[in-house]
Amino acid sequence: MVKLTKRIGALVLRLAAFGAALAALIVMVTSRERASFFAVSLEAKYTDMAAFKYFVIANAVVSVYSFLVLFLPKESLLWKFVVVLDLVMTMLLTSSLSAALAVAQVGKKGNANAGWLPICGQVPKFCDQVTGALIAGFVALVLYVLLLLYSLHSVVDPFLLQKS
Amino acid sequence: MAVAKLAATSGKSSKILLGLRVLAFLATLSAAIVMGLNKETKTFVVGNVGNTPIKATFTAKFQHTPAFVYFVVANAMVSFHNLLMIALQLFGGKTELTGFRLLSIAILDMLNVTLLSAAANAAAFMAEVGKNGNKHARWDKICDRFATYCDHGAGALIAAFAGVVLMLIISAVSISRLVQPNKCSISTTAASTSVVP
Repeated sequence: MVKLTKRIGALVLRLAAFGAALAALIVMVTSRERASFFAVSLEAKYTDMAAFKYFVIANAVVSVYSFLVLFLPKESLLWKFVVVLDLVMTMLLTSSLSAALAVAQVGKKGNANAGWLPICGQVPKFCDQVTGALIAGFVALVLYVLLLLYSLHSVVDPFLLQKS
Repeated sequence: MAVAKLAATSGKSSKILLGLRVLAFLATLSAAIVMGLNKETKTFVVGNVGNTPIKATFTAKFQHTPAFVYFVVANAMVSFHNLLMIALQLFGGKTELTGFRLLSIAILDMLNVTLLSAAANAAAFMAEVGKNGNKHARWDKICDRFATYCDHGAGALIAAFAGVVLMLIISAVSISRLVQPNKCSISTTAASTSVVP
Protein backbone atom coordinates (compact mmCIF):
# COMPACT_ATOMS: atom_id res chain seq x y z
CA MET A 1 0.00 0.00 0.00
CA VAL A 2 2.81 2.35 0.91
CA LYS A 3 4.65 1.40 -2.26
CA LEU A 4 1.57 2.14 -4.34
CA THR A 5 1.12 5.63 -2.89
CA LYS A 6 4.83 6.31 -3.36
CA ARG A 7 4.64 5.22 -6.96
CA ILE A 8 1.56 7.35 -7.60
CA GLY A 9 3.33 10.28 -5.95
CA ALA A 10 6.31 9.83 -8.25
CA LEU A 11 4.03 9.65 -11.29
CA VAL A 12 2.25 12.84 -10.25
CA LEU A 13 5.61 14.57 -9.75
CA ARG A 14 6.79 13.54 -13.18
CA LEU A 15 3.53 14.62 -14.79
CA ALA A 16 3.84 18.00 -13.07
CA ALA A 17 7.46 18.34 -14.23
CA PHE A 18 6.40 17.46 -17.78
CA GLY A 19 3.66 20.08 -17.60
CA ALA A 20 5.98 22.76 -16.26
CA ALA A 21 8.66 22.13 -18.88
CA LEU A 22 6.05 22.13 -21.63
CA ALA A 23 4.56 25.37 -20.31
CA ALA A 24 7.97 27.04 -20.21
CA LEU A 25 8.60 25.92 -23.79
CA ILE A 26 5.26 27.18 -25.12
CA VAL A 27 5.33 30.51 -23.31
CA MET A 28 8.84 31.25 -24.55
CA VAL A 29 8.07 30.28 -28.14
CA THR A 30 4.94 32.41 -28.34
CA SER A 31 6.59 35.52 -26.92
CA ARG A 32 6.83 38.04 -29.67
CA GLU A 33 6.25 41.74 -29.73
CA ARG A 34 6.56 44.47 -32.26
CA ALA A 35 7.32 47.97 -31.09
CA SER A 36 8.03 51.07 -33.05
CA PHE A 37 9.69 54.21 -31.88
CA PHE A 38 11.07 57.12 -33.84
CA ALA A 39 9.93 55.50 -37.12
CA VAL A 40 12.13 52.49 -36.37
CA SER A 41 10.29 49.21 -36.04
CA LEU A 42 11.72 46.71 -33.62
CA GLU A 43 10.47 43.19 -33.27
CA ALA A 44 11.51 41.15 -30.27
CA LYS A 45 11.39 37.38 -30.67
CA TYR A 46 12.85 34.59 -28.63
CA THR A 47 15.25 33.73 -31.47
CA ASP A 48 17.07 37.03 -30.99
CA MET A 49 19.04 35.70 -28.08
CA ALA A 50 21.01 32.49 -28.27
CA ALA A 51 20.32 31.78 -24.59
CA PHE A 52 16.56 31.78 -25.18
CA LYS A 53 16.95 29.36 -28.10
CA TYR A 54 18.96 27.05 -25.85
CA PHE A 55 16.26 27.37 -23.17
CA VAL A 56 13.59 26.29 -25.67
CA ILE A 57 15.64 23.34 -26.91
CA ALA A 58 16.52 22.18 -23.38
CA ASN A 59 12.91 22.33 -22.21
CA ALA A 60 11.78 20.47 -25.33
CA VAL A 61 14.25 17.66 -24.62
CA VAL A 62 13.16 17.49 -20.97
CA SER A 63 9.45 17.42 -21.89
CA VAL A 64 9.93 14.58 -24.36
CA TYR A 65 12.03 12.63 -21.85
CA SER A 66 9.46 13.09 -19.04
CA PHE A 67 6.67 12.02 -21.33
CA LEU A 68 8.52 8.82 -22.25
CA VAL A 69 9.42 7.96 -18.66
CA LEU A 70 5.77 8.34 -17.63
CA PHE A 71 5.07 5.15 -19.52
CA LEU A 72 8.01 3.09 -18.27
CA PRO A 73 6.70 -0.10 -16.64
CA LYS A 74 7.42 -0.63 -12.99
CA GLU A 75 9.42 -3.85 -13.23
CA SER A 76 11.72 -2.65 -15.98
CA LEU A 77 15.45 -2.73 -15.31
CA LEU A 78 15.80 0.63 -17.03
CA TRP A 79 14.95 2.42 -13.78
CA LYS A 80 18.63 2.29 -12.85
CA PHE A 81 19.37 4.13 -16.06
CA VAL A 82 16.65 6.67 -15.22
CA VAL A 83 18.72 7.88 -12.25
CA VAL A 84 21.61 8.92 -14.48
CA LEU A 85 19.30 10.40 -17.11
CA ASP A 86 17.43 12.34 -14.42
CA LEU A 87 20.75 13.86 -13.35
CA VAL A 88 21.57 14.80 -16.94
CA MET A 89 18.13 16.38 -17.42
CA THR A 90 18.47 18.34 -14.19
CA MET A 91 21.83 19.63 -15.40
CA LEU A 92 20.30 20.59 -18.74
CA LEU A 93 17.43 22.41 -17.05
CA THR A 94 19.59 24.30 -14.63
CA SER A 95 22.12 25.33 -17.24
CA SER A 96 19.47 26.56 -19.70
CA LEU A 97 17.58 28.41 -16.96
CA SER A 98 20.69 30.12 -15.65
CA ALA A 99 21.84 31.14 -19.14
CA ALA A 100 18.41 32.58 -19.99
CA LEU A 101 18.29 34.37 -16.63
CA ALA A 102 21.73 35.92 -17.18
CA VAL A 103 20.73 37.32 -20.57
CA ALA A 104 17.26 38.40 -19.41
CA GLN A 105 18.82 40.25 -16.49
CA VAL A 106 20.95 42.26 -18.90
CA GLY A 107 17.84 42.92 -20.99
CA LYS A 108 16.00 44.23 -17.97
CA LYS A 109 18.67 46.25 -16.23
CA GLY A 110 21.20 46.80 -18.98
CA ASN A 111 24.93 46.87 -18.37
CA ALA A 112 26.15 50.40 -17.86
CA ASN A 113 29.83 49.49 -18.06
CA ALA A 114 29.51 47.86 -21.46
CA GLY A 115 27.11 50.46 -22.82
CA TRP A 116 24.23 48.01 -23.20
CA LEU A 117 20.81 49.59 -22.78
CA PRO A 118 17.91 47.66 -21.29
CA ILE A 119 15.26 46.67 -23.80
CA CYS A 120 12.39 45.97 -21.43
CA GLY A 121 11.27 49.54 -21.60
CA GLN A 122 10.46 49.22 -25.28
CA VAL A 123 8.98 45.71 -25.32
CA PRO A 124 7.30 45.20 -21.91
CA LYS A 125 4.96 42.43 -23.02
CA PHE A 126 7.87 40.37 -24.41
CA CYS A 127 9.73 40.84 -21.14
CA ASP A 128 6.74 39.72 -19.10
CA GLN A 129 6.27 36.59 -21.17
CA VAL A 130 9.95 35.72 -20.92
CA THR A 131 9.72 36.18 -17.14
CA GLY A 132 6.75 33.82 -17.06
CA ALA A 133 8.63 31.21 -19.09
CA LEU A 134 11.62 31.48 -16.75
CA ILE A 135 9.39 30.99 -13.69
CA ALA A 136 7.86 27.88 -15.27
CA GLY A 137 11.39 26.64 -16.02
CA PHE A 138 12.34 27.18 -12.39
CA VAL A 139 9.32 25.18 -11.21
CA ALA A 140 10.31 22.38 -13.60
CA LEU A 141 13.84 22.46 -12.17
CA VAL A 142 12.65 22.17 -8.54
CA LEU A 143 10.37 19.27 -9.48
CA TYR A 144 13.22 17.57 -11.27
CA VAL A 145 15.51 17.85 -8.26
CA LEU A 146 12.79 16.17 -6.17
CA LEU A 147 12.39 13.49 -8.84
CA LEU A 148 16.14 12.89 -8.89
CA LEU A 149 16.19 12.36 -5.13
CA TYR A 150 13.20 10.05 -5.41
CA SER A 151 14.75 7.95 -8.22
CA LEU A 152 17.94 7.64 -6.22
CA HIS A 153 15.94 6.50 -3.20
CA SER A 154 13.87 3.97 -5.08
CA VAL A 155 16.79 2.39 -6.94
CA VAL A 156 19.49 2.39 -4.34
CA ASP A 157 17.95 1.72 -0.93
CA PRO A 158 20.68 3.70 0.78
CA PHE A 159 19.67 2.97 4.32
CA LEU A 160 19.88 -0.78 3.62
CA LEU A 161 16.38 -1.28 5.02
CA GLN A 162 15.58 -4.36 3.00
CA LYS A 163 17.15 -7.58 4.18
CA SER A 164 17.63 -9.41 0.93
CA MET B 1 27.36 -4.14 6.26
CA ALA B 2 31.02 -4.59 7.19
CA VAL B 3 31.74 -5.85 3.69
CA ALA B 4 30.13 -2.76 2.16
CA LYS B 5 32.25 -0.52 4.39
CA LEU B 6 35.46 -2.30 3.50
CA ALA B 7 34.72 -2.31 -0.19
CA ALA B 8 33.87 1.35 -0.41
CA THR B 9 36.99 2.62 1.30
CA SER B 10 39.53 0.82 -0.82
CA GLY B 11 39.79 -0.66 -4.22
CA LYS B 12 40.36 0.49 -7.71
CA SER B 13 37.33 2.71 -7.98
CA SER B 14 38.41 4.91 -5.08
CA LYS B 15 41.83 5.46 -6.66
CA ILE B 16 40.18 6.46 -9.92
CA LEU B 17 37.82 8.70 -7.97
CA LEU B 18 40.71 10.34 -6.16
CA GLY B 19 42.52 11.07 -9.41
CA LEU B 20 39.36 12.52 -10.99
CA ARG B 21 38.71 14.66 -7.95
CA VAL B 22 42.22 16.10 -8.03
CA LEU B 23 41.77 16.99 -11.70
CA ALA B 24 38.36 18.55 -11.08
CA PHE B 25 39.73 20.52 -8.13
CA LEU B 26 42.56 21.89 -10.27
CA ALA B 27 40.23 22.73 -13.16
CA THR B 28 37.64 24.59 -11.09
CA LEU B 29 40.25 26.34 -8.96
CA SER B 30 42.08 27.61 -12.03
CA ALA B 31 38.79 28.76 -13.59
CA ALA B 32 37.89 30.68 -10.43
CA ILE B 33 41.32 32.28 -10.16
CA VAL B 34 41.66 33.24 -13.82
CA MET B 35 38.21 34.81 -13.92
CA GLY B 36 38.67 36.40 -10.51
CA LEU B 37 41.82 38.19 -11.61
CA ASN B 38 40.34 39.16 -14.95
CA LYS B 39 40.73 42.89 -15.38
CA GLU B 40 41.84 45.10 -18.20
CA THR B 41 42.30 48.85 -18.30
CA LYS B 42 42.62 50.70 -21.56
CA THR B 43 42.77 54.32 -22.56
CA PHE B 44 40.80 55.41 -25.57
CA VAL B 45 40.66 58.64 -27.47
CA VAL B 46 37.07 59.75 -27.30
CA GLY B 47 37.21 63.05 -29.04
CA ASN B 48 39.23 65.99 -30.14
CA VAL B 49 39.18 69.50 -28.80
CA GLY B 50 40.94 71.51 -31.42
CA ASN B 51 44.22 69.65 -31.83
CA THR B 52 44.48 67.92 -28.49
CA PRO B 53 42.85 64.48 -28.20
CA ILE B 54 40.74 63.76 -25.14
CA LYS B 55 41.54 60.43 -23.58
CA ALA B 56 39.31 58.45 -21.27
CA THR B 57 40.24 55.35 -19.37
CA PHE B 58 37.90 52.39 -19.37
CA THR B 59 38.18 49.27 -17.28
CA ALA B 60 36.72 45.86 -17.97
CA LYS B 61 36.33 43.89 -14.76
CA PHE B 62 34.59 40.63 -14.09
CA GLN B 63 32.45 42.28 -11.43
CA HIS B 64 30.63 44.27 -14.08
CA THR B 65 28.71 41.19 -15.17
CA PRO B 66 26.65 39.34 -12.51
CA ALA B 67 26.98 36.09 -14.45
CA PHE B 68 30.76 36.22 -14.08
CA VAL B 69 30.50 36.96 -10.35
CA TYR B 70 28.29 33.85 -10.01
CA PHE B 71 30.85 31.95 -12.11
CA VAL B 72 33.70 32.80 -9.73
CA VAL B 73 31.66 32.00 -6.62
CA ALA B 74 30.36 28.68 -7.96
CA ASN B 75 33.79 27.53 -9.13
CA ALA B 76 35.24 28.41 -5.74
CA MET B 77 32.49 26.42 -4.00
CA VAL B 78 32.94 23.36 -6.20
CA SER B 79 36.73 23.38 -5.81
CA PHE B 80 36.28 23.63 -2.03
CA HIS B 81 33.89 20.66 -2.13
CA ASN B 82 36.43 18.62 -4.10
CA LEU B 83 39.18 19.61 -1.68
CA LEU B 84 37.07 18.40 1.25
CA MET B 85 36.37 15.09 -0.47
CA ILE B 86 40.05 14.59 -1.29
CA ALA B 87 41.01 15.35 2.31
CA LEU B 88 38.34 12.92 3.52
CA GLN B 89 39.67 10.18 1.30
CA LEU B 90 43.34 10.76 2.05
CA PHE B 91 43.29 11.58 5.75
CA GLY B 92 40.08 9.97 6.94
CA GLY B 93 41.24 6.49 6.02
CA LYS B 94 39.80 4.86 9.11
CA THR B 95 36.36 6.48 9.02
CA GLU B 96 33.69 4.02 8.05
CA LEU B 97 31.80 4.93 4.93
CA THR B 98 28.42 3.76 6.07
CA GLY B 99 25.35 3.86 3.86
CA PHE B 100 24.30 7.36 4.85
CA ARG B 101 27.75 8.86 4.28
CA LEU B 102 28.02 7.34 0.84
CA LEU B 103 24.57 8.72 0.06
CA SER B 104 25.45 12.21 1.24
CA ILE B 105 28.64 12.17 -0.84
CA ALA B 106 26.62 11.16 -3.90
CA ILE B 107 23.98 13.84 -3.29
CA LEU B 108 26.61 16.53 -2.71
CA ASP B 109 28.34 15.53 -5.92
CA MET B 110 25.08 15.78 -7.85
CA LEU B 111 24.25 19.19 -6.40
CA ASN B 112 27.73 20.46 -7.20
CA VAL B 113 27.60 19.25 -10.78
CA THR B 114 24.33 21.08 -11.40
CA LEU B 115 25.68 24.23 -9.73
CA LEU B 116 28.84 24.17 -11.81
CA SER B 117 27.01 23.50 -15.07
CA ALA B 118 24.65 26.41 -14.41
CA ALA B 119 27.55 28.77 -13.70
CA ALA B 120 29.57 27.68 -16.72
CA ASN B 121 26.61 28.01 -19.09
CA ALA B 122 25.51 31.41 -17.82
CA ALA B 123 29.04 32.75 -18.23
CA ALA B 124 29.33 31.14 -21.67
CA PHE B 125 26.19 32.83 -22.99
CA MET B 126 27.16 36.20 -21.53
CA ALA B 127 30.60 35.84 -23.10
CA GLU B 128 28.94 35.04 -26.43
CA VAL B 129 26.96 38.27 -26.22
CA GLY B 130 30.15 40.14 -25.37
CA LYS B 131 32.01 38.58 -28.28
CA ASN B 132 29.40 38.88 -31.00
CA GLY B 133 27.14 41.60 -29.71
CA ASN B 134 23.43 41.43 -30.35
CA LYS B 135 22.16 43.54 -33.18
CA HIS B 136 18.50 43.03 -32.32
CA ALA B 137 18.96 44.59 -28.93
CA ARG B 138 21.64 47.00 -30.19
CA TRP B 139 24.31 45.73 -27.81
CA ASP B 140 27.83 46.32 -29.10
CA LYS B 141 30.50 43.70 -28.79
CA ILE B 142 33.31 44.49 -26.41
CA CYS B 143 35.89 41.87 -27.41
CA ASP B 144 37.39 43.94 -30.18
CA ARG B 145 38.40 46.58 -27.69
CA PHE B 146 39.32 44.44 -24.68
CA ALA B 147 40.98 41.47 -26.32
CA THR B 148 43.02 40.29 -23.30
CA TYR B 149 39.96 40.37 -21.04
CA CYS B 150 38.06 38.21 -23.50
CA ASP B 151 40.96 35.77 -23.90
CA HIS B 152 41.33 35.26 -20.17
CA GLY B 153 37.59 34.81 -19.84
CA ALA B 154 37.64 32.21 -22.60
CA GLY B 155 40.42 30.30 -20.83
CA ALA B 156 38.49 30.31 -17.57
CA LEU B 157 35.38 29.06 -19.39
CA ILE B 158 37.25 26.17 -20.99
CA ALA B 159 38.62 25.14 -17.58
CA ALA B 160 35.13 25.33 -16.08
CA PHE B 161 33.62 23.15 -18.82
CA ALA B 162 36.39 20.60 -18.31
CA GLY B 163 35.45 20.72 -14.63
CA VAL B 164 31.79 20.09 -15.52
CA VAL B 165 32.66 16.97 -17.51
CA LEU B 166 34.93 15.70 -14.74
CA MET B 167 32.32 16.39 -12.06
CA LEU B 168 29.73 14.53 -14.10
CA ILE B 169 31.97 11.45 -14.27
CA ILE B 170 32.73 11.76 -10.54
CA SER B 171 29.02 11.98 -9.78
CA ALA B 172 28.30 8.90 -11.90
CA VAL B 173 31.06 6.97 -10.10
CA SER B 174 29.71 8.04 -6.68
CA ILE B 175 26.22 6.88 -7.63
CA SER B 176 27.55 3.57 -8.91
CA ARG B 177 29.36 3.05 -5.61
CA LEU B 178 26.00 3.41 -3.91
CA VAL B 179 24.28 0.90 -6.13
CA GLN B 180 26.94 -1.81 -6.14
CA PRO B 181 29.23 -1.41 -3.15
CA ASN B 182 30.72 -4.89 -3.71
CA LYS B 183 31.82 -4.17 -7.24
CA CYS B 184 35.11 -2.57 -6.27
CA SER B 185 35.88 -4.91 -3.39
CA ILE B 186 39.48 -6.02 -3.06
CA SER B 187 38.56 -9.10 -1.05
CA THR B 188 35.77 -10.87 -2.87
CA THR B 189 36.26 -13.98 -0.77
CA ALA B 190 35.23 -12.06 2.32
CA ALA B 191 32.20 -10.84 0.40
CA SER B 192 31.07 -14.31 -0.51
CA THR B 193 31.37 -15.70 2.98
CA SER B 194 29.38 -13.09 4.88
CA VAL B 195 26.59 -11.72 2.72
CA VAL B 196 23.51 -12.24 4.86
CA PRO B 197 23.69 -10.32 8.15
